[in-house]
Amino acid sequence: MRLITRKVALYVVTAIVAITINFFLPRLMPGNPALTVLGKAQSAESPQAIAALEEQYGVQTRTGIWGQYVQYWDHLLHGNLGTSLNAYPASVGSLIRAALPWTLALVGTATVISFVLGTLLGIAAAWRRGSWLDNLLPAMTFFQAAPYFFVAILAVALFATKLGWFPPSQGYDTATLNPGFNWAFISNVLDHAVLPALTIVLASVAGWIIGMRNMMITTMDEDYVLLAQAKGLPRQRVVAYAARNALLPNVSGFALAIGFIVSGALLTEIVFSYPGVGYLLLNSIGSDDYPVLQGIFLIITITVLLANLLADFVYAFLDPRTRQET
Amino acid sequence: MRRLLRSPKIIAGLCLSGAFGILAILGPFLAPYDPNANASTTVGIAQPPSAAHLLGTTQTQQDVLSQLLVGGRSTILVSLVAGVVATVLAVLFGVAAGYLGGWADDGLSMLANIFLVLPALPLLIVIFGLLGRGANPNDLLIGFIIAVTGWAFGARQLRAQTLSMRARDFIDSARIIGERSWRIMAFEILPNLVPIVATSFLFTVIYGVGTYTALSFLGVINTAHWSWGTMLYWAQNAQAAQDVHIQWWWFVPPGLAVGLFGTGLALLNFGIDEYVNPRLRAAGITGRRARRAGLPRHTRLGLTPVLPSREPVLLSQETAR
Repeated sequence: MRLITRKVALYVVTAIVAITINFFLPRLMPGNPALTVLGKAQSAESPQAIAALEEQYGVQTRTGIWGQYVQYWDHLLHGNLGTSLNAYPASVGSLIRAALPWTLALVGTATVISFVLGTLLGIAAAWRRGSWLDNLLPAMTFFQAAPYFFVAILAVALFATKLGWFPPSQGYDTATLNPGFNWAFISNVLDHAVLPALTIVLASVAGWIIGMRNMMITTMDEDYVLLAQAKGLPRQRVVAYAARNALLPNVSGFALAIGFIVSGALLTEIVFSYPGVGYLLLNSIGSDDYPVLQGIFLIITITVLLANLLADFVYAFLDPRTRQET
Repeated sequence: MRRLLRSPKIIAGLCLSGAFGILAILGPFLAPYDPNANASTTVGIAQPPSAAHLLGTTQTQQDVLSQLLVGGRSTILVSLVAGVVATVLAVLFGVAAGYLGGWADDGLSMLANIFLVLPALPLLIVIFGLLGRGANPNDLLIGFIIAVTGWAFGARQLRAQTLSMRARDFIDSARIIGERSWRIMAFEILPNLVPIVATSFLFTVIYGVGTYTALSFLGVINTAHWSWGTMLYWAQNAQAAQDVHIQWWWFVPPGLAVGLFGTGLALLNFGIDEYVNPRLRAAGITGRRARRAGLPRHTRLGLTPVLPSREPVLLSQETAR
């Protein structure tokens, strides 16, 4: 339990740091971007929007920086992330809330598939040394080094545009279908999710294979594996013994990789015009929608921290040593 | 060192990343056209490769090859700057945390852990977004900012290694004869960490390429500043992959370049790993070679064959042939 307590403390501090960075960044930047936006907004937006912005960025208020900081926390704790500049009067929260389920479903499923598949292949690669799997390693290295979104562009070109097996963009057929809990809609959503999910799996699986393979090779030298073999246990049992122990570092590696995977997946969404957080991010960059940009940063950070916490719980569950009270 | 240079992974990695290094230096001089020049303003379709444009053109009739050559310098420069700065930070924080211990260790480890779990790309997007997309980007500054988000992993590994080194006899004797802390860290501990410093440098360069390309692809960095990422940005903007006539010559070269550069660095990394950990070396030998070296087909348990020191000679003979 001490491990979990320590980790929770770390995540809480990290969240506070992220929120503080988010507060101070626009105020520290050269040329105060908030003023630039306000200048741009002055002509187009309504007075209410400008007032909201002024409050959010602490422009033309007599509150000191500390007062603004406290107020910022107050807003955050009430779930108020500010107002979008681009989609005024929609709140940042409502925009993210609409996009988040798409991302969570897509990225979550793809990541779990990739982790399980990669771990199994890694075990196989370590066990059957010199098989075709080892020859695949250079190709896998390339997929790991190439950006996610490049793999996504290739997938779109080949499987959607050229072969026409999958739809090339969007989360569902917006022209003919309305979101609802019916088979037509759900099957359409699944159809649209297959290619982006495959892309994420393809781009991220190599890391798990290589990590697991290297861990397995080290673990198979342990005495208890030798003992299991010497006792005459069937081969599968022996492999399972080794694999269970080699899995531990991979699980903690999983926690560390979540941030990378989420970032990569956001870029994948952009290629597919998938209606998730990544696409919202792209649009807010294109229109200098700073409140949305910052809101997305916070939400992603908190999601990643929660995912990390989950991975830590799994780790503590798998490894009895961490549960020991010392 | 000799043995290191005989590993086929190291050789392949050096060749690949070396070629890209040369490209970064010479690229802009070799470019046949100005990457911004429009060969023709009347044709609105990207042209496939031809004798005049070896890699074809973009939708606005700009030469793809020239963009690739010019963009390579910025991409590689940013990633190298990111790698160097992040490695320096990692060494400073990692070795200091591991050697000093106590409060210094707690503080520095906390800092590293925060940067480790903080998702880097969204943070960088906010930073660069607020810096202004119109601003003229400075490659050194971009590399520096990316480095600030990328040093933590290396620092953690270096700290762990320093911790195990601190208890060794030679460190104790150095302390007893009165060497100063910074001297012990710089001249007694650091030389023993060189392989880890090297892998952490390569790792952050890979991270730098990926991150810089992603940021330019998103358009948070001025899209008129040529890099492999901005090329992909414009290709995606023009729906080059979604068009009925797939304009592969536009998006494949920059993506392939990023991937191959990263692969070269990763191969170097694997090579160093195998050099440090002989077990991986044996595992990296596949099929035909393993049989020739007299290794069993299946792993013999409890006995990963650590190859005899003459083994790499055998490998180099094979690559020579």
